[in-house]
Amino acid sequence: MTDFPTSIWPALLVAVPITFALGTVFFAAAGRMWSGLAGSVATTLVSALAIAAAVREGGLIHHLGGWEPPLGILLRLDPLAAVFIGMTALTGIAVSFYAASYLRSQDDLPRGASLFWPLWLMLWAGLNGMFLSNDLFNLFVAIEVVGISAVGLAVLSGKPPALMAGLRYLLVAITGSMSYLFGVALLFGAYGTLDLTLLSAAVEPGATTVFALVLMTLGLMAKSAFFPLHFWLPPAHGSELPPVSALLSALVVKGSFYILLRLWAEVFGVSLTFAAGQLIGVCGAAAVIWGSWQALNQDRLKLIIAHSSVAQLGYLLMVFPLLILAPGTAVAVASDWTSSAWTAAVYQTLSHAFAKSSLFLAAGVIVIAAGHDCRESLLDLVARRPMTAFAIGLAGISLTGLPPSGGFFAKWMLLKAAIASGQWWWAPAVLAGSFLTAGYVFMILRLAFAPGNSDTENRPVPRGLESAALLLAVASFFIIVPAEAVISFLESSAPFGSAIVPGEGGVLP
Amino acid sequence: MNAMETYQIYLTASAVLFTTGLAGVFMARHFFRRIVATKIMGAGVFLSLVSFAERDALEFADPVPHAMVITGIVVAVSAAAFALALARRIHQLTGEHDFTTDS
Amino acid sequence: MTLQQWLPLLILISSLVPGCIIFLLREEQVALRTVLNLGGAVAKVVLVAWVFLAYRAGETFAFDFALAPDLTFSLRVDQLGLFFAGLSAVLWLVTTVYAIGYLEGAPHRRRFFGFFSMCVTASTGIALSGNVVTFFVFYEFLTLATYPLVVHRGTEKAVNAGRTYLWYTIGGGSVLFVAVVGLFVIAGPVYFGDTHVIAGLMEENRTMMTVLFFLMLAGVGVKAAIFPLHGWLPVSMVAPAPVSALLHAVAVVKAGAFGIVRLVYDVYGVELASSMSLLTPLAVLAAFTIIYGSVRALFQDDIKKRLAFSTVSQLSYIALGVAVPGVLSSTGAIVHLVHQGIMKITMFFAAGNIAETYGFHKVSQLNGIGRRMPWTMASFTVAAFGMIGLPPVAGFVSKWYLSLGAFDAGSPWVVVVLLVSSGLNAAYFLPIVYRAWFCEPDGAEVHKLCGPANLETRAFLLAPVVITAGFSLAAGIFAAAPNSPLTFARQIAERLYLP
Repeated sequence: MTDFPTSIWPALLVAVPITFALGTVFFAAAGRMWSGLAGSVATTLVSALAIAAAVREGGLIHHLGGWEPPLGILLRLDPLAAVFIGMTALTGIAVSFYAASYLRSQDDLPRGASLFWPLWLMLWAGLNGMFLSNDLFNLFVAIEVVGISAVGLAVLSGKPPALMAGLRYLLVAITGSMSYLFGVALLFGAYGTLDLTLLSAAVEPGATTVFALVLMTLGLMAKSAFFPLHFWLPPAHGSELPPVSALLSALVVKGSFYILLRLWAEVFGVSLTFAAGQLIGVCGAAAVIWGSWQALNQDRLKLIIAHSSVAQLGYLLMVFPLLILAPGTAVAVASDWTSSAWTAAVYQTLSHAFAKSSLFLAAGVIVIAAGHDCRESLLDLVARRPMTAFAIGLAGISLTGLPPSGGFFAKWMLLKAAIASGQWWWAPAVLAGSFLTAGYVFMILRLAFAPGNSDTENRPVPRGLESAALLLAVASFFIIVPAEAVISFLESSAPFGSAIVPGEGGVLP
Repeated sequence: MNAMETYQIYLTASAVLFTTGLAGVFMARHFFRRIVATKIMGAGVFLSLVSFAERDALEFADPVPHAMVITGIVVAVSAAAFALALARRIHQLTGEHDFTTDS
Repeated sequence: MTLQQWLPLLILISSLVPGCIIFLLREEQVALRTVLNLGGAVAKVVLVAWVFLAYRAGETFAFDFALAPDLTFSLRVDQLGLFFAGLSAVLWLVTTVYAIGYLEGAPHRRRFFGFFSMCVTASTGIALSGNVVTFFVFYEFLTLATYPLVVHRGTEKAVNAGRTYLWYTIGGGSVLFVAVVGLFVIAGPVYFGDTHVIAGLMEENRTMMTVLFFLMLAGVGVKAAIFPLHGWLPVSMVAPAPVSALLHAVAVVKAGAFGIVRLVYDVYGVELASSMSLLTPLAVLAAFTIIYGSVRALFQDDIKKRLAFSTVSQLSYIALGVAVPGVLSSTGAIVHLVHQGIMKITMFFAAGNIAETYGFHKVSQLNGIGRRMPWTMASFTVAAFGMIGLPPVAGFVSKWYLSLGAFDAGSPWVVVVLLVSSGLNAAYFLPIVYRAWFCEPDGAEVHKLCGPANLETRAFLLAPVVITAGFSLAAGIFAAAPNSPLTFARQIAERLYLP
């Protein structure tokens, strides 16, 4: 796993956004925007080059300061991390341009709104750190950086509901990370190492490992808003500035999911059981149905979109039971579906990130145009703002999982893995989810087609805002096109494709 | 009692602290109480980390957990300061001091 | 790849690209839009004819494109697919002409014609799909493309109808999705016509294959409006007349019926399906739907609703023909795909003409309408006779073959169903014909809402209805001719039962 060549790129992925984040603080509002935008462009470029290098070499590592583990800090850019970094970069650059245009065009913003730039670049650095870290404590630091900058972004608008939601979010984040850190402490106490690679070799079944597993899983689930720890998400994501909502729901929750997936697949296999997978899968299925149902019953567009996140994240949890082998299943047989389940996880993450950020950005356009986001704001959208309506349509289709979108591919792979592994009982939940998702997506579209009353306001919206929403919607729809290449890149390295064998850990077929 | 080493006492204490804090986060209503509860959780975690430093019966204490605790405390303090600032701001704007009115 | 290999893709592009361009045009660019629409429609007919001639000459067409792992986008040309593609292409051309006339001056035509083109792209895509996955993709695409058409008017009624339509079709689509994935896991990418694949897997997976069959049947049965999955069809009558015509005759319901045909004949194979007694439940359900739809039609005063329930009933003729094994019933089922299409589209065009010209929507308002609109009503009458099954109109041929097939297969009860249904058809269609020609108009003076004084309605509305009525007559009279729909249907059916 550490046979990747050493390179500077992984370090730059974290250093560049941090440098720009600190740099922006020295400017006044206008300068912050330009330096922040420059930082976003630079980080995107670094991400693109780093991914290109990782594709060429199969993966990259970097020892910070030249120290090797267990003393030094290792950053590992493997294919899975590269895909997540790419997702962050694409969403990030689109949201950055949107934010620049948004913050400039709105004149009723609070004074601190330009703090968006340092906070967002810190968040970006934290996310990249999460994807690259190969040791538990580094992950903790990255989680904290992400958590605090995310809450900072969430309260930017300064309005009481946003502050309330932000405080609640912060308390959940602190609780979650303390829970995670307690798990880290237990593992360190038992095995004396924090490095994931070393730990996966050292870890043994036993009460300590189980306890650490439960603590870390619950902590990360709370941070990812996985059902039943999702309660904080809708108010927090629904009451923010649109670019912030987009970033939080597209990227932030994915970071902790990524860690959870890595830990389960690489470290905790020895203590996992088939039943544990089923349990977490049931949480996922419940999230899909409950979240979609809640979304159907919302009156405000942003709350519909926020509740839909709870549901879409549920699909990610349903991957876990498919990765854990039932007792007596041969690993070679399981290769039929573990690869599909991993593909489902990655594609659901990607398509949801792009679709959800697109929807929040589009909702921002609607709020600017109509002044609010109640149902009436959507009336006649197809005629008034065809581009935004088209973005909502495309993103919604991908979210629903209708072919041939990225979301469809994710659900195809999820269903395929469920049926091939014999766990067909997940199929009804996947279906009910699609069905309910279609319900709220088409509820939005139905309003968009309905004729509006003439007194609906239609204030001008900068063109760039609509383009950013559309770009992300197109991305969420068409990520199915490079699927072949993406998957073969991912398959070149563990843990992608590995099965979790209870008592043994992650095993590549 | 000889089976119980010092670090195990610390560890038990840390578990108690952590659980107390966790219960507080869920059960307290007042913002300030909740923030304090997260601090108690943190104290439990840091205590456990410190106790592991001595466990291996090394000649000297393991420095890695100490480094972790220091980093952790810095992070936890800043998070708590942020939370307090938010709570104060909410109180100034709305007069609320708990989540009751929030849906 | 030679140019000819690209032809199936070109058939799709001929409506996809004009559709996309139409979305980008401005609302006022009527002339350019009309040119694009008609150009695309004519091009499609020409391309289908070209492919047909080449296929006749022994050319094979296969366009495969690996979209993603597992998902191979595959277009194939076989006789059944061509048959359906031909129907779609020809009727789309006619409907486009009609829609241009019908929506003259109406708002949002850009959107309408854009989705209209998408819709026919989906339906030809379904016709030319080479494997189950591609079929599924186009099947869902069709749902998406038709939804904006159903809610086009934007009124509350239209929007509610759109909701009902979606619940049914998305529900059906979800069930189909699971079944398609299940089939993929067991059998890999199933190409149409490779019935031996499924037959070979039958031994081990009998229960699973049975479950999958009924799941897929339920999935396509929604669009084919088989009882109890027919509820969306009468409700979506609020859409503009060209859309109803498209929904009922060309695209949506035909996609469902075609899906049933494909499922039984080209996925499972008729022998296997009948040996597993999968077909009996289908036959019973179809027979029930035939009677049920007809009875419901009797009690509708709204013309379009009456036609809608008639469609529910007529579609199940196809399902019934598929469910009764034998060359003759298969011929009847396949030929009815076309015959029902041309007859029903005639009736919807006629109903649309009446509504557009005089504002009449109810059967009870039709007294004496035949004198005001002789050509329209003559066409309607021809189609109505066909639906009842009177010779020499096309419907007679279908019913004749279905009955012969039923006797052949030893299921005379099917003939009873057909007879009862014909009686009911007569009972709900003849009153319209009678009122139109033999009743005196009501006292109140009515005024034409549109159309030139010297013609009963706009030329763009009148021409299509006369043409499709002509098709209905010709398909019946020249049924034995070498290039008639019947001859093709017969060839397709005979190939199915080759040892």
